[in-house]
Amino acid sequence: MSTSMILLGLLIAAALAYIVGIVRCRASTGGDVAKLHSRTGYYGSYLAIWTVLPALFLTIIWAAAEQPVIRHLVETSLPAHAAGVENDALMSLTLGRINSVAEGLPKLSQSEFKTIENARLGFTPMLEAQRLLQEKGVILGAEPEPYIISAAYDEVIYRHTSSWLITGLAALAALAGFVYGFTQIRPRLRARNTVERVVLAALIGASTVAILTTVGIVFSVLFETIHFFQSVPTFDFFFGTVWDPRFTSAGREGGASGQFGLLPLLWGTLFISFVALAVAVPIGLYSAIYMSEYAGPKFRGFAKPLLEILAGIPTIVYGLFALITFGPFLRDTGAMVGLDIAASSVLTAGIVMGIMIIPFVSSLSDDIISAVPQSLREGSYGLGATKSETIRKVVLPAALPGIVGAVLLAASRAIGETMIVVLAAGIAANLTLNPFESVTTITVKIVSQLTGDLEFNSPQTLVAFALGLTLFVITLALNVYALYIVRKYREQYE
Amino acid sequence: MATTQDTLHAAADGRKLNDPAMLKRRYAAEWRFKAYGLGALGIALFFLVVLFYSIISQGWTAFLQTNIKLDVALNEADFQDADGQITEQSIRVADYTKMARDALQSTLGLESPTRPEKRDLRGLLSRGVDVQIRNKIESDRSVIGQTVPVWVLANGEVDALIKGSIDRNTPEERRQLNNKQLAWIDKLIAEGRLEKQFNTGLFTYGASSQPETAGLAVALIGSFFMMLIVALVAVPIGVAAAAYLEEFAPKNTFTDIIEVNINNLAAVPSIVFGLLGLAVFINFMGLPRSASLVGGLVLSLMTLPTVIIATRAAIRAVPPSIREAALGVGASKMQTLFHHVLPLALPGILTGTIIGLVQALGETAPLLMIGLVAFVVDYPTTPLDPATALPVQIYMWASSAERGFVERTMGATIVLLMFLFVMNAAAVYLRRKFERKW
Repeated sequence: MSTSMILLGLLIAAALAYIVGIVRCRASTGGDVAKLHSRTGYYGSYLAIWTVLPALFLTIIWAAAEQPVIRHLVETSLPAHAAGVENDALMSLTLGRINSVAEGLPKLSQSEFKTIENARLGFTPMLEAQRLLQEKGVILGAEPEPYIISAAYDEVIYRHTSSWLITGLAALAALAGFVYGFTQIRPRLRARNTVERVVLAALIGASTVAILTTVGIVFSVLFETIHFFQSVPTFDFFFGTVWDPRFTSAGREGGASGQFGLLPLLWGTLFISFVALAVAVPIGLYSAIYMSEYAGPKFRGFAKPLLEILAGIPTIVYGLFALITFGPFLRDTGAMVGLDIAASSVLTAGIVMGIMIIPFVSSLSDDIISAVPQSLREGSYGLGATKSETIRKVVLPAALPGIVGAVLLAASRAIGETMIVVLAAGIAANLTLNPFESVTTITVKIVSQLTGDLEFNSPQTLVAFALGLTLFVITLALNVYALYIVRKYREQYE
Repeated sequence: MATTQDTLHAAADGRKLNDPAMLKRRYAAEWRFKAYGLGALGIALFFLVVLFYSIISQGWTAFLQTNIKLDVALNEADFQDADGQITEQSIRVADYTKMARDALQSTLGLESPTRPEKRDLRGLLSRGVDVQIRNKIESDRSVIGQTVPVWVLANGEVDALIKGSIDRNTPEERRQLNNKQLAWIDKLIAEGRLEKQFNTGLFTYGASSQPETAGLAVALIGSFFMMLIVALVAVPIGVAAAAYLEEFAPKNTFTDIIEVNINNLAAVPSIVFGLLGLAVFINFMGLPRSASLVGGLVLSLMTLPTVIIATRAAIRAVPPSIREAALGVGASKMQTLFHHVLPLALPGILTGTIIGLVQALGETAPLLMIGLVAFVVDYPTTPLDPATALPVQIYMWASSAERGFVERTMGATIVLLMFLFVMNAAAVYLRRKFERKW
């Protein structure tokens, strides 16, 4: 029985236990509900929890452990020459073949399966099993070695046993829990308190998902990055100026001969982000100033949602706009005035990305400017300053730390942005100062290294994780610093 | 910039601050500053208009597709197998392309076309024509033996000509359609047999290498599955986490860590979530690549902070007096939460959920990492089947070279934006309708 069937069974058991619990607690006082400590539903939930929770934990732990344990059992049973003790790649290849045979075995008929069993136990020659498997299309290509068939047969049996075992154990646990809960139900039982403690534990569990996600990101990326640095020196990655990963055909030796220099990618990322900020910061900041200091409530109520539409448009749409409309437009305009602008130039990606982050800059700055106390403005007016003088000389300096924070947050968005640059920036790593040429970015390379067929042991794939880690660290540092500035500034006026 | 310095200089010179020339300069600066602000806002809104204009003007034609009406003669002989029987198998393998070409040939009144003419005829029809005719017969077998009118797809080039993206005046050798084909097309138009119709195929076809038979169906189903998973995973977890943090959490290091984590997760680049999905869900847990289940899980983790932050705001907006009243009549904290606070916060939670779903629906980058860039022809029936998502489909079409795909890409973008618009409108409507002032 599969795990999902067990879960379904537990769900039904919970519903039944809930009803039994209610009936039982009513019966325990002879139908006088007022004598119960908690309301009847809590007794039902109490019994349902006792029935399901232990069995559920058991099932989940079992499901997580099953795969590695079976794998280990199969691995240890292999003959030494096949196991390739020192060769990870060979081992995973062998296990892959065993798996594919094991998946095919249950599709055989009863009598055919018997043949395999006999072969495994030595009653019939292995040859017969080999022929049968090939006839039925379980194995394509080369004839499998006898030990593969044996191991696959063992695997099927293990799986079969395991699934029966867990079904039985889960049922047993559910029954035991039910019986225990059932005997506990009496009028004095504090059912509500127990149920609420379980609910609270569930709430705490839910809030730790955020931590688990961060831990998951850090560990998964870190683990693969360490893997990567085993084949490529750390120094070459962080300080290399040449990016040339050289895809080699699968399985060929010497796949590590590519060069993985981070610098050109980092430069491209920063260059495009810089252009984006050069567009977004003036426009966003001036919009924010106008909206918070000059615009009337009516105009504000009309313009602010429109600006926020820009933030709500998916980045793929911006990428498309850059690719199909803006890039060619810029190239043609450049050609008209005699400039040679590549269609996927730094300017194209940068300007479109700038449009995307205008609303970030403007809405954050808007909040920060509005938070500057009115008394500062009034003091300035009182001295005879005009409105713009007040804004430039009083409001903006007061809001400056917050605005810097907002710009940093926008920069982190720009650095981590993917779809615009995937569609509109170049793919060739290029260390150039010319904004009319094309460069590539970290995110573009993560995407291009990870789409298509993956081979998880080659540095060509693993480098994506090293790039991802770099990206994560940069954006995290920017965010933490920006939030720190913004928060510190906010406290100043509160 | 100069004005304040001027003011100071003026003061130093002993000039009056209200010297008319000076005031004039200061007011001019004031006016300029205001104009900069308005100008910046104008530029931002101008970009918005240009963006929408360029997408809609290039994309709306994707909702129309050129079709040709053929009178297809379905002779029984064409459907019989070697034994003279008409079976499901023999219907499946019949030569529909030839029937379509013959029908087109007789419509155009060609007696015995030469070999190049035959090729030109075929060039007018889409390669998906055989499937269209076959579907017609499989849905109703009684038409065999009759001549039935069928609207079939015209070739992508014909479609491009009708929509005006191929210029009739380009010299024949550089035009995708030759003069003979143009004459045929004109004849078909004159007979009312060739016209643009609403493009249902855009919503019912899966992946295809021909633009005219490429559709969004697989992507729509995939996106639907993913939204479902996000709603089932991110929303309960997010609401539970927010409830804990707002109503129960003591102020200690553990809850501080959670808060910092949530804020940081909200700012982690989405592509990093894709790496997480690849390493954990696919590599470690062994879930299938290209499945919408993995996509949904990754998007759930990504939207979780949005849902948590929105729910916390909604819970915080419920006034403390409600809680105190509930506690005062003897409710436990848990009862207060589930019976009073959460129901009152529901509109806000719903709005936050929709905003999270909007974010998830438009997200592309993490899905590229976990293999949702796949050429999927068959409709996925479960979240474990290979699928794509709407924005990923846009990305894949954007990378296709053929002209017809540009239009499809923009059309798909319009579809995506429509979905987002409707969801956002729903969020605004909910907020307006249930907004409460305490």
